Amino acid sequence: MTALPLLSHPHADCIVAFRADGAVTRQQFLSEVHQLASLLPDGQHLLNLCNDRYRFSVGLAAAILKNRISLLPPTQTPEVIRQIKQFAPDVFCLADSEQCAVDLPRLNYPDMAASSPEEISIPQINGSQLIAIVFTSGSTGIPMPHPKTWAGLVDSVQSEAGRLGTLDNATVIGTVPPQHMYGFESTVLMAWCNGFALSHAQPFFPADICDALSSAPSPRVLISSPLHLRTLLNAELAIPELAHVMSATAPLSEQLARDIEVRCNCPLTEIYGSTETGQIASRRPTQGPAWQLFPGIRWLIEKDSVFAEGLHIAPPVLMNDVIEPVADDLFLLHGRMADMINIAGKRHSLAGLNHLLNSLPGILDGVFYMPDETDDVTRIAAAVVAPGINAETLLAALREHLDPVFLPRPLLFVDALPRNSTGKLPRSALKALFQAHHPVWTVPPDHPALAGHFPGHPILPGVVLLDEALHRIAQMHGMTPDRYEISSVKFMSPARPGDRLLFQQTALPNGTMRFDITSGPRKIASGSIAPIP
Amino acid sequence: MQDNQKSDSTLQNEVAQLMVECLNLEVTAEQISPDTPLYGDGLGLDSIDILEISLTISKRYGLQLRSDGADNKEIFGSLRSLSAYIAAHRTL
Repeated sequence: MTALPLLSHPHADCIVAFRADGAVTRQQFLSEVHQLASLLPDGQHLLNLCNDRYRFSVGLAAAILKNRISLLPPTQTPEVIRQIKQFAPDVFCLADSEQCAVDLPRLNYPDMAASSPEEISIPQINGSQLIAIVFTSGSTGIPMPHPKTWAGLVDSVQSEAGRLGTLDNATVIGTVPPQHMYGFESTVLMAWCNGFALSHAQPFFPADICDALSSAPSPRVLISSPLHLRTLLNAELAIPELAHVMSATAPLSEQLARDIEVRCNCPLTEIYGSTETGQIASRRPTQGPAWQLFPGIRWLIEKDSVFAEGLHIAPPVLMNDVIEPVADDLFLLHGRMADMINIAGKRHSLAGLNHLLNSLPGILDGVFYMPDETDDVTRIAAAVVAPGINAETLLAALREHLDPVFLPRPLLFVDALPRNSTGKLPRSALKALFQAHHPVWTVPPDHPALAGHFPGHPILPGVVLLDEALHRIAQMHGMTPDRYEISSVKFMSPARPGDRLLFQQTALPNGTMRFDITSGPRKIASGSIAPIP
Repeated sequence: MQDNQKSDSTLQNEVAQLMVECLNLEVTAEQISPDTPLYGDGLGLDSIDILEISLTISKRYGLQLRSDGADNKEIFGSLRSLSAYIAAHRTL
């Protein structure tokens, strides 16, 4: 296969990056790449943990130069690091922070010398060279490797840049880390292969994003996600001038896309892809719902399954989303397959989560439940039958294996899961279970009991509060409410429409249940409920 | 001195209340002890929560959080450290 250049910046003094101390020329970058390359240990595999995007890019280039393979796992929990070590026993990590606690042989990012005046030529990389292995969390708990060649990555990011329109000498600023596929392609490789400069920054808070933008010259491209873009808009800061915004990891609502375009006064392009395929399509949500495949990518449809193929994708990759092709290269997305969970851009197989939960010591039965998604980040919940262990122990065990975004909230301990006669867990039964256990209830302004109680001063009748408390306690014990009676109750202050009520129960030694209802610092009611003998 | 302590704990209660409401936490504000870690093993917040709560704090107290200013993990180390940061930087 033919060789392709590492960079497309035509002159030695072209700017390839902006770091804290200013612009970095192609010459200085390549000099630092060679300096780092000479320090790499013998291992064939590298975990590049640099927090600074510029240093990450030097580490990646040095690895490519020395034919090392960069490993990109979905997360860095101790269990995933153990699995990575099993996959590649010679793996070492490159780190630029003292706080890096990953248990691997480590190369610290070195201090670099200035480059010599003699021009360093751009390395030519064989298209078939294996550059990276990106991992997804598999359904059996073992990370699945997805190899990426140089030619495949170059194809992807050149198509991506094609969707930006004409932009010369752009600066790329990313809010997403380069250690995941989207950030890897869009914030590093797209800059390399299209003559752009990358910003070293890894901004997090909205003010960080504005700082990172203002310290890089125009035209600026912001590579971000719905979560970061939503908080950026909500912060109501003055956003520096932008030429283009890109979003991926989760679908944007059309409204949010429109708000971003208005506030940033530039087009917003959404990227579609996956760890398995890389980026394969884009759309501009304000101009219509359909996605357009990148040139050379096709769908292969077999019965109900849709595979992506073409260019670097071989063999064809089964898509985890519900895809409806509408014309030639256009398609609509109708959500994810039921098994795939996506929380703020991190994906996990639901079957994999359930498999893990049920393999932990002390769990007799357990299930994860993903509530219906809204525009905000939706959290996953879990219910377990685990009489011998407490929430802390269980969460600590899960934390060993899972990225924190997948830790369940709430985590319910129940006597039995609502399995039906065939042993299955219907989604509706799980939904009811979690609703009853949700300790917070916001008094609906249109609650029927408020009508006439009292005109002009709506107050929730005490009997409604008692009924709510009774149902919650009964559901927790798998009983019907008619098996319980109220043995005492005290109302301290009124509950009004829109109040956010917190229900808490404590089991007392005599078998009765004490309940407390609060709204912020206000005590609303408390009392006790006893089983009818 | 006593007044200082009192205003510290008033602000801590207020911040705890903001966190409980903003993140829909399943505890009451009083149950969050000032020194429980907010990340990881303690209250179990993650970076998505930190982003959400930072927005609420920015609006309520008129300050902008920056991760390069002071150490992010330190500010969000506990209710006490977060409240101290707010007390030192608030404009509202």
